[in-house]
Order: sequence, then C-alpha cells, then structure tokens
Amino acid sequence: MPIISIRDLVVEYDGRRILDKLNLDIQQGETMVLLGGSGCGKSTLLRQIIGLERPKSGSVLIKGNDIGCCSPAELNRIRRSIGVAFQSAALFNSLSVEDNIALPLREHTNLAPSIIDLMVWMKLLVVGLEDFGKMPPKELSGGMKKRAAVARAMALDPEILVFDEPSAGLDPIVAADLDELILLLKQVFGVTVIVVTHELPSAYRIADRIAMLYNGSFLAVGTKDEIRASQNPHVRQFLDRVPDDMAKTPAIPAFFERYLEEN
Amino acid sequence: MATLLEGVGKNTLSYLDYIGNLNVQLWQTLRALGASLPLIGNRYRWKEAVRQMLEIGVDALPMVGLMAMSTGFILAMQGASELRRFGAIHYVIDLVAVGFTRELGPLLTAIAVSGRSGSAFAAEIGTMEVTEEIDSLRVMAFDPVEFLLAPKYLAALIAVPCLSVVSNLCGIFAGGLFMFFSTRLGLVLYLRYVLDSIALRDVVSGLIKSVAFATIIAHVGCLEGFRVRGGPDAVGRSTTSAVVRSTFLVVIADAVFTAIFYFTGKM
Repeated sequence: MPIISIRDLVVEYDGRRILDKLNLDIQQGETMVLLGGSGCGKSTLLRQIIGLERPKSGSVLIKGNDIGCCSPAELNRIRRSIGVAFQSAALFNSLSVEDNIALPLREHTNLAPSIIDLMVWMKLLVVGLEDFGKMPPKELSGGMKKRAAVARAMALDPEILVFDEPSAGLDPIVAADLDELILLLKQVFGVTVIVVTHELPSAYRIADRIAMLYNGSFLAVGTKDEIRASQNPHVRQFLDRVPDDMAKTPAIPAFFERYLEEN
Repeated sequence: MATLLEGVGKNTLSYLDYIGNLNVQLWQTLRALGASLPLIGNRYRWKEAVRQMLEIGVDALPMVGLMAMSTGFILAMQGASELRRFGAIHYVIDLVAVGFTRELGPLLTAIAVSGRSGSAFAAEIGTMEVTEEIDSLRVMAFDPVEFLLAPKYLAALIAVPCLSVVSNLCGIFAGGLFMFFSTRLGLVLYLRYVLDSIALRDVVSGLIKSVAFATIIAHVGCLEGFRVRGGPDAVGRSTTSAVVRSTFLVVIADAVFTAIFYFTGKM
C-alpha cells in the first residue's frame, strides 16, 4: 500500500482552479520530486499533503487516513509522522537552534531532559551544525538555516520528510550539499521524501520518481530517465529551458515596435 | 446613491464579520486557556504567560504611572479652577478618587497597553505568519491558539487589572500632591478623604472594565496578526490596525459598561 495516495484532488481559490483532479501514489521509502515552473500549483499540492489546507474535492490519504476529513486529534497524530522543512526554514527566531529542535520533543514526548539534549545533539550532528546549537537562527547563513530546519523536521523521527524548495536562494555548492544531506537521510533513516523544486540538477540528483506539474495537472510521472525521454512539449520546454513564445503576448513586441518607430 | 448604500452595507458586513471572528477566536482561546494555567496546564505555556505578564505589566509600569500622574494632576487642576469659584475645592478629592477608580485608571491603562502590547502581539504573530512559522507550528501538531494566544490572553487578564490598580494609585497620589501644594492639605488626611469618597463597588467596576479591556486588546492584537497575508508591509498595516481597532473598541466597551453600571444603579 502506498504511504501517500492522492485521489482526484481538486483545489480552488476564489473559484479559480489551482489543482485539477490530481492522482498520485507515493511508495514508502521513495523520493518523489514534484517539479514544475512558478505558479503551477506545486506548493499548493504540498500544503494539501501536509494538511494545511482542505481540498474542494478529492482526498489525500496518508497511510490510509484521509487527512481532509479526520478529527483534529487524528490529524495531529498523522502530522507527528511528517517532518516539514519549509522554504524559508520557518525557525522560531525567539528560540535558539537547539531549542527549535527540542520543541517538538519536549511537547510531544515524555523523554527526560538529558535524553532530549542528547537527541538534539544527534540531529545537529547529522546536519553538520553541532557547534551552532546555542545560536539564534537569525545569526545563521541561509544554508545553515535550511539544515537546522531539516534537523527540526527530523526531531520526532518522522516516516515522511517534506522539503519545500530546499535549494531556493542557495549557491550551487550549498544546494548540492543539501541534496547530499537529503540522500543521506533517506539512506540512513529509510524515510519517504517529498521534494518540491524547480531546480533540475537537484531533482535529477535526489529523485527516485519525478511528477511534473503544469497548470495544476500532472504532465508526466515517472523515473528520471522516463522524464528525460518525455516528448511532451511542455515537459521538453521545461527541461530544455525554452522561453515562452513571444507571439503569445503580442502586446510586448508591438509595444517595442511602436516605441522604436516613435523614437 | 446605490454605490453609497453598497459601501455602507459592505462595511457593515465587514465589521460584523470581524466581530464574529473575534468571538470565534475568544471561544477557541477560552477552551485552550486551561493549558496555560499553572499546575494543571502545560508548564511551557505557563512560563510563556509569566514572560508575557512581565512584558505587558512590569515593563509598562513607568509609562502607565507617569501617564496616570499627569492625568491626575490635570484633572485636579481643571476641577479646582471651577470648584474654587463655589468654595468647593475639597470636592477635587472626590473627583480624582472616584474618577480614577471607576473610569480613568482602567481607560488610561487600556490605551497604554493597546499601544504597547496590542501592537506587539499583532507584529509578532503577523511576522510569524509571513515567515511560515505559524504553518510550521501547525505541521508540528501545535495549535497556534493554544501556543501563542492563550498565554498572551492569560497574561493580559492578570497584568491589565494590576496595572489599572497602579494607575489608580498614581492618579490619586498626583491629586494629593496638587491638594498639598494648593491648600496645604496633608497627605494622610487626603488619603482619609479618598477612602471616605470611594466605595468597594467603584474599585470592582473599574476592575471589571479592566478585564474586558484586556480581552479586547489581546484578541484584537492577535486577530490582526493572524489575518496578515503577504509581506512585511502587511505586518506594518496590522500593527496600526491593532492599535486603532482595539482603542476604538475599548472606548465603545467603556461606554457600554458605564451605561450598564449607571442604569443598574451600581455607580
């Protein structure tokens, strides 16, 4: 049975359809990359998967439980099995890095403080921030913040790890480091990983399968090689980095032609 | 004409929607308040509530004290200039004592707390909305109302009435200073007159108002924060809106409470 099943998912904002009857199964232990251009609906899909929003119709099943219609207590139980590293890291600035990681452990477990300290140190060690635990998040670099967010997402040893644009705003070296960290976490802890990104090198490095979104629908779902070999024109346009046809927006060339004639 | 009516209708519905949201939030907070109580609740929430009490209450003491003393002085001087003409300057004591315990102490405190803490609540929660920290709380299975709002509300419920009492004392003390310098009335005698002029019900009605004002300030501040959508400019707008709306609602609530106490004969 897939760990996550998306069935006929429809999401609308103010009558505008953002996601249109999406269907997707994500198997336990696989890394699924949700790929697509800006505004295609991948972050909206992510918010549905982590239960931050409810769909207009359809369902998201996590381990067989529909998170759109379960009780708040059930939803919280499911959420404890999901770790999320947000695009902006979303660390609590009023807490130190280690307190950020300790927060879910202190609140959701009965572990002794010494055990929690040890677990926090281990999480920091995994992400390479063992010397930065006492620092406030605002004093960390962009890459370190993302690593700290990963450590916090890992705090309760979740079965599913979700990354929203992990490489956004990072230089290629730090982004590659983060890709290696995702691969390491999957290898060591056997977690199911979902990554939302528009970075092709990152997607090719970490993905077991890629789901390509375009205008709220899946254009293609398959392995890296299947996506690479796809002949769908929109997939090819994305992979080959081809700009949109200027003819679709005639106002812009017409404006420049008029401008050149007048001057 | 139709546009004017449309505008009035739209604004009325928008205000009703806002009041409805405030009530829903109040209900959710009352349900979550138990988690912030000492001994029976979550110790981290209680710790946060104590921290908030220090910020709302102790940090505001100098400001509230100075405001109350200035207002007490102003009230005594303005009252004396009129009452002196009728040879009734001793009524200044009643004016300051009753005026502060029933009305000015709670109102001044509420205006100060609204400006300091109401705006801070909106800015803190609004920034957390913008930086996805609220989403982060939700996905970590925390209820933002229990985590953020309940400790602030509990702190305001305790700190604002305490500040009101301090405000009353400072205002009355300022009246005493005025009486000493203008009529050479001793402070001990002044305090005796003050105790004669105010009744326990005056203090209680002031404290009831304080609790209502604390509720308004905490909930408007937090609701404005939770309603933030967009970027830093939206946070700025929410802090302004928190101060304006909470001050407006505090004054309206004051009028309503005063009318209730007046017509039910409790004043």
